[in-house]
Amino acid sequence: MSNSNFTRRGVLKTGTIAGAGLALPTYLSAASHAGFTNAPTGDTVTLGFNVPQSGPYADEGADELRAFELAVEHLNGEGDGGMLSTFSSKVLDGTGILGKKVNFVTGDTQTKSDAARASAKSMIEKDGAIMISGGSSSGVAVAVQGLCQEAGVIFMAGLTHSNDTTGKDKKANGFRHFFNAYMSAAALAPVLEQLYGTDRRAYHLTADYTWGWTQEESIAAATEALGWDTVEKVRTPLAATDFSSYIAPVLNSGADVLVLNHYGGNMVNSLTNAVQFGLREKQANGKNFEIVVPLYSELMAKGAGKNIAGIVGSQNWDWKLENEKGDRYTGTNAFVKSFGEKYGFPPSQAAQTCYAQTLLYADAVTRAGSFNPCAVVEALEGFEFDGLGNGPTLYRAGDHQCFKDVVVVRGKENPENEFDLVEIVEVTPTEQVTYPVDHPMFSGGALGSCNPGA
Amino acid sequence: MDQIILQFLNGLDKGSAYALIALGLTLIFGTLGVVNFAHGALFMIGAFCAVTLQRILTLSTIVEDPTKTDFLGNPAKISTPYVESWFGPEVGATLIDWSVPLAILFAIPIMVAIGFIMERGLIKHFYKRPHADQILVTFGLAIVLQEVIKAFYGANPIPTGAPEAFRGSFDFGVLIGFDPNAIIYPYWRMVYFAFAAVIIGAVFAFLQFTTFGMVVRAGMADRETVGLLGINIDRRFTIMFGIAAAVAGLAGVMYAPINSPNYHMGMDFLVLSFVVVVVGGMGSLPGAVLAGFLLGILEAFASMNEVKAIVPGIDQIIIYVVAIIIILARPRGLMGRRGVMEE
Repeated sequence: MSNSNFTRRGVLKTGTIAGAGLALPTYLSAASHAGFTNAPTGDTVTLGFNVPQSGPYADEGADELRAFELAVEHLNGEGDGGMLSTFSSKVLDGTGILGKKVNFVTGDTQTKSDAARASAKSMIEKDGAIMISGGSSSGVAVAVQGLCQEAGVIFMAGLTHSNDTTGKDKKANGFRHFFNAYMSAAALAPVLEQLYGTDRRAYHLTADYTWGWTQEESIAAATEALGWDTVEKVRTPLAATDFSSYIAPVLNSGADVLVLNHYGGNMVNSLTNAVQFGLREKQANGKNFEIVVPLYSELMAKGAGKNIAGIVGSQNWDWKLENEKGDRYTGTNAFVKSFGEKYGFPPSQAAQTCYAQTLLYADAVTRAGSFNPCAVVEALEGFEFDGLGNGPTLYRAGDHQCFKDVVVVRGKENPENEFDLVEIVEVTPTEQVTYPVDHPMFSGGALGSCNPGA
Repeated sequence: MDQIILQFLNGLDKGSAYALIALGLTLIFGTLGVVNFAHGALFMIGAFCAVTLQRILTLSTIVEDPTKTDFLGNPAKISTPYVESWFGPEVGATLIDWSVPLAILFAIPIMVAIGFIMERGLIKHFYKRPHADQILVTFGLAIVLQEVIKAFYGANPIPTGAPEAFRGSFDFGVLIGFDPNAIIYPYWRMVYFAFAAVIIGAVFAFLQFTTFGMVVRAGMADRETVGLLGINIDRRFTIMFGIAAAVAGLAGVMYAPINSPNYHMGMDFLVLSFVVVVVGGMGSLPGAVLAGFLLGILEAFASMNEVKAIVPGIDQIIIYVVAIIIILARPRGLMGRRGVMEE
């Protein structure tokens, strides 16, 4: 026989104490993350990937999304691990981030600032995203970076090349791995001098928005320093599709170089039009007429077809880097293998920067031991790393810009296959593309202080 | 002077595309009374007919070549187009090279069929609905069509070259007494202008000199009376919808080498083409053609640096400014008829 002491009051009392005791670790754990926006409380953490899934950069966005998915797979211990094995920081072990499984949500920027802000806001407010990444337009990147600063989440920019992203519009919560227009100009100038000499007259056609303006300014400054004259700078509407009216005045302008500060569909169309008007065969001032496209991607080269042959430009990264330039660019082959086996083609530079940004964020959280944006900012500022395909790289504390080598490329004359559209002409070392934080092209804004949000 | 001539040629070229699209729009509006916002999408589908034929002609047998490797280090896959295997390398290569002109033949039945399906399947249900409803449904259809194309072909522009013989440019200036290299103009753009002139001429001749055309013109003027004479005018108007779709499609096919086709190209032309129709006069076929060339030429001149130095940004607004002036001065447009879109 047993003598039971259970009473209704006793059960309630015991239950309350036991419940409080069981809840205590959870409460303490929540407290350790409290005080910032979307502090993860369960066993998962959500990242938000905001890319153009419609609109003119949708193919670029699709490639970014593929890279994000691959990065999440690798962070969660799936697949072959990609660049986790080559990354110089060894804190990521394939168990998610701080032991939490990584989930992600996606948004469609439509390559429009307002749509991009709306989708980022939705991912932060409704889906609880603690970090936003993605891009393909500097206008979009600047807008979303501002939103993330206000909301108190980290923004790991994808493809954005305007000086303003880490210049006058820089924000403490924003970080850019991709290179910028100044770096393109600094890398291209010596190659242009070597290929085309110092006595040249350049005509600029420029997309009329933040990226185009800063690229035009950077390239004009760099080429004028070589001794080139700038004959004309003509702004073209972003919505333009037929550039014949803008190309025609180039013919008799006295210029012998055309610089196309265009990206995406703009560049494909303006380059096609320039070639149609015979600029590649033209002689001017006793020299061969040349066309320069300071920034282009593999996807744009594919769109331009044969017209890209011989055109010099710059890239943040190229999938052939490690094979052609050696171990300095370790990580490249690991990423190409993972990406290529999963999707059947090599990754673009947009994919590489997005993959790297996701790993860099996860690494910073792990090293900081916290998802708190201010802890992440502290972990990323001044962080030196290697093994993500670009060689030794620094995340500069003063402006949150990555400093690394820049790849100068040229459209291949006789590509062997559809993936072999550009050849690497030179890799410009980091020192040559580095500039002071207070450089005039980047002045006018302040980084401010990190915002942890709620 | 050379710049003026160059921009005039550019204007004719732009005007050709505007005129061809506006001609089709006006045919549909004049016959069926429908404001078809999906017409730009038909232009885009035409361009993708060229892309599709190019892809069909380059369908290939794939053989692994152990002496070469792909980007992952696996044996490379070498592709040989079937047409080269069947007809020999030279004939096969020529067929692929001429894929855009060949696509004219490919596109005509496809575009006519699309026009028929659009008209019978959707647009006929909106004949008696207000113009706002017609605009909404056709605009929605345009978005659906472009998203379908994007799903199949991606968002990246797809290079679709002119035949080798028409690539590059020629010295137009020498032909008219200028110094060599003063006026260089691309071959294919001249071909496009000539093609547009032929199509426009053919449409006018068809309407002017055939019995079918005469009935259609009579129906455009007074549909009820033609109907009372026992003529099935609806069937003829459906055929005209198919012809209008084919005109837009052919304009797109031949435009493919000028700018690489992308799924959004129809929308880029749509708004301007509507301005052209309104400026020309709703329902007026000669008005649409005249306004197309006029606005194309004005747009080209407004892009000149000398003009932009006087009025910055004029290149982006010139068409709309001129449209406002013309509509204020002539509310029915340049050649508009009384009673069209009027109560």
